[in-house]
Amino acid sequence: MSRFRKTHSVLPGFGPALGYTIFYLSIIVLIPLSALVFKSATLTWPQFLAAVASPRVVASYRVTFGAALLAAGINALFGVLVAWVLVRYRFAGKRLFDALVDLPFALPTAVAGITLATVYSNNGWIGRHLEAHGIKVAFTPLGILVAMTFIGLPFVVRTVQPVLEELDAEIEEAAACLGANRFQTFWRVLFPTMLPAVLTGFALAFARAVGEYGSVIFIAGNMPMVSEITPLLIITKLEQYDYAGATAIASVMLVVSFFLLLTINLLQKWSRRFAE
Amino acid sequence: MSIKIGSVSKNFGQFAALKDVSLTVPSGELVALLGPSGSGKTTLLRIIAGLEAPDQGQIFFDGVETTNSHVRERQVGFVFQHYALFRHMTVFDNIAFGLTVKPRRERPGKAQIREKVFELLKLIQLEQLADRYPAQLSGGQRQRVALARALAVAPKVLLLDEPFGALDAKVRAELRRWLRRLHDEIHVTSVFVTHDQEEALEVADRIVVMNQGQIEQEGTPTQVYDHPATPFVFSFLGNVNLFHGRGTAGEVQAAVEPVPAVGYVRSHDIEVERQLSDPTAVRATVRYVQTVGPLVRVELALADTGAALEAELSREVADRLDLQVGEEVYVRPRKVTVFAEDYQI
Amino acid sequence: MHVAGGLKKTKSTKQGRGLGEPALVRWLLIAVTIGFLALFLLVPLAAVFSQALEKGWETYLAALHEPDTLAAIKLTLLTATISVPLNLVFGVVAAWGIAKFDFPGKSFLITLIDLPFSVSPVVSGLIYVLLFGLQGWLGPWLQAHDLKIIFAVPGIVLATIFVTFPFVARELIPLMEAQGREEEEAALTLGASGLQTFLRVTLPNIKWGILYGVILCNARAMGEFGAVSVVSGHVRGSTNTIPLQVEILYNEYNFAAAFAVASLLALLALVTLVVKTVAEWKVRQELANN
Repeated sequence: MSRFRKTHSVLPGFGPALGYTIFYLSIIVLIPLSALVFKSATLTWPQFLAAVASPRVVASYRVTFGAALLAAGINALFGVLVAWVLVRYRFAGKRLFDALVDLPFALPTAVAGITLATVYSNNGWIGRHLEAHGIKVAFTPLGILVAMTFIGLPFVVRTVQPVLEELDAEIEEAAACLGANRFQTFWRVLFPTMLPAVLTGFALAFARAVGEYGSVIFIAGNMPMVSEITPLLIITKLEQYDYAGATAIASVMLVVSFFLLLTINLLQKWSRRFAE
Repeated sequence: MSIKIGSVSKNFGQFAALKDVSLTVPSGELVALLGPSGSGKTTLLRIIAGLEAPDQGQIFFDGVETTNSHVRERQVGFVFQHYALFRHMTVFDNIAFGLTVKPRRERPGKAQIREKVFELLKLIQLEQLADRYPAQLSGGQRQRVALARALAVAPKVLLLDEPFGALDAKVRAELRRWLRRLHDEIHVTSVFVTHDQEEALEVADRIVVMNQGQIEQEGTPTQVYDHPATPFVFSFLGNVNLFHGRGTAGEVQAAVEPVPAVGYVRSHDIEVERQLSDPTAVRATVRYVQTVGPLVRVELALADTGAALEAELSREVADRLDLQVGEEVYVRPRKVTVFAEDYQI
Repeated sequence: MHVAGGLKKTKSTKQGRGLGEPALVRWLLIAVTIGFLALFLLVPLAAVFSQALEKGWETYLAALHEPDTLAAIKLTLLTATISVPLNLVFGVVAAWGIAKFDFPGKSFLITLIDLPFSVSPVVSGLIYVLLFGLQGWLGPWLQAHDLKIIFAVPGIVLATIFVTFPFVARELIPLMEAQGREEEEAALTLGASGLQTFLRVTLPNIKWGILYGVILCNARAMGEFGAVSVVSGHVRGSTNTIPLQVEILYNEYNFAAAFAVASLLALLALVTLVVKTVAEWKVRQELANN
């Protein structure tokens, strides 16, 4: 490790701390993940293609990524609104709602899954009223959207909130002095400042929704070609002892995760671009 | 355009930020609001701008009441203490912002905006940096961009909140002179807030000294410096020594005041002598001698009361005297201003 | 998610007049926000408890006393007891090495630590099957030595450690970075040993950050479903955690029991939110004290 020791810090324990970090990281994360890569490398290209590009799998991508994209979009829109209202306005119950925003992080996904399925079923608290208007949520792709919106809800709120909190009142006053109206101030000054945080939150919510399993499967109906998500397909393949197939699909999802993680990092770097 | 402030008061909760303040700023002048923090100077500036509404009183621009008009309609240029530049916009876009948000029928064309922005960039000597972002500029450059942005909309009044507060000493001195010259060129009625008396004395046509939400004195720099109206103004504008009571120093003794009085003497108005040359001089002991650049600061203790005193001598005088610590000398105030004892600083 | 990064001391913004939105717009925005949050968060939360108690207290308590449920609770507690301390130690050690020192590849290392967050829970379980399952790398060896990891408790623990891996480290790294290393350096110049410095200077500064990370780590450890589901084998009374038990009861249409067990996890979530809110507030203070 001493190779890394560029700065001469007087604090002790760098070597052991970094050594243990890399050791534990390797044991728990890197080696198991590499198992996935090596396993899928044993497949021939046609085998791999057959596993990841069969019609049922492609349909599951469409459902998963489509719903995740929409859910992240809804979360971006409402996330900005919720963050704005929580930072800017005072109202009764504000602290309660602020704390409650994290509920999807804290509530186990299985609980969220069965609850959403029940609430949105045709005799559930919400589903009943939607049913009256001919809208079916539970056991349709719409249900997947609801579940993904639920679990992705905190991300945009929590990335945008600190940006709004730190925004200097002077910035808005400057815009007003220069003759900008409220809408121009929001659209031309505040929103561009928030944008990197919004996009970061969007990407986080999207990444979470794409991989989500627990909260979705109870409400999804899980009809092949219609409302079957990719993670469920991996489990189905596993249950059929099709390890190669499961691994191939999982490796596609892993690549997507990597790509999203990279995007998120770049977004965060970008958001620091204008920082002083 | 002239600004008239009529009996303005403003409270923040229990705190009275401004108490019945009236002031007139003549057209085309550069006026400094000078005072310590909490004196209400920034609040007054924000009320002129329309960023804050007064609890009582009125604001007139050229005799027209603007008290209730929105900050957008007042056509003031405001330069914020921390510049408040839009950090996601380039220097060009920052300066152009005020022009591009105008209603469509008043908005100049793209070419006109460009022309105007480059005219301003030339004025602030930053033509090369039009495409930079604020984060890539130095403090002094940001300051000038903020000024150009405020000037772009051709404001009737220019307001600056601690314009040099966040800069280091050297840049500050340069920018002060630059602002002074700029004002001589464009002659827009300007008000700036500062807590630095040197800045106010050097830059402003008129100084308004504020303290605890009220105006202590207003006048030209020479007027307020040479004839301070209150002990506060006296002590805020420079180093000061106090001579308490009667019978210690010359003019205090001479003053036929029935109440106990205090004599205020600037450090550079104290003469230090070896021989008693004047009956108003008093005896004192040299405690400490320190050379500070072109000046020599001498700490003294009065022989009768032991009260501490500070004198500022020129290097020339100090070299001639060659004062030693512990030696007895005579001190003579050249100029004393007397205020009754119950004045509080 | 990670608090320390964004939370600096909140400035009290003095809003002048005419800079806010008109009252009508303001109330409209507040109403839409409350409506959205109520619909998506409050309604489901209330539904859990309402469904759990639909058939009365007796059914509720009976459902919780069911032997399989008790076994699931025990297994969940065991899993959390193993995985949370391991990730806590890792989090503190990693944060020390990363936040207090500069070295090339630092941000890449942080990205790797974050990795389990962006991997689908199902994939997280799958990788352990590929390692330790019968057809996996170590499968034949494990079978020869009569060791069982997949479809047994060790697999559940491993998968849980994986999915909760970043929680503590992720909270502590930005917090300790923001606090800098001046205080530690001061302690060293005053003659403290490395351990003394850590215990008496660093640790007190990050205790709320640690609590924050631990509480989130624990919530996820007890509530993880996808990853555990892949490696568990779903044997009632032996390899079922609480979330898996919820699934089984639900799929058997035993809704009252399913929601009764689910309500335990919902309560855990509420406690987590309360502790988290308090810890977040304290972390802000820890940062503000700098």
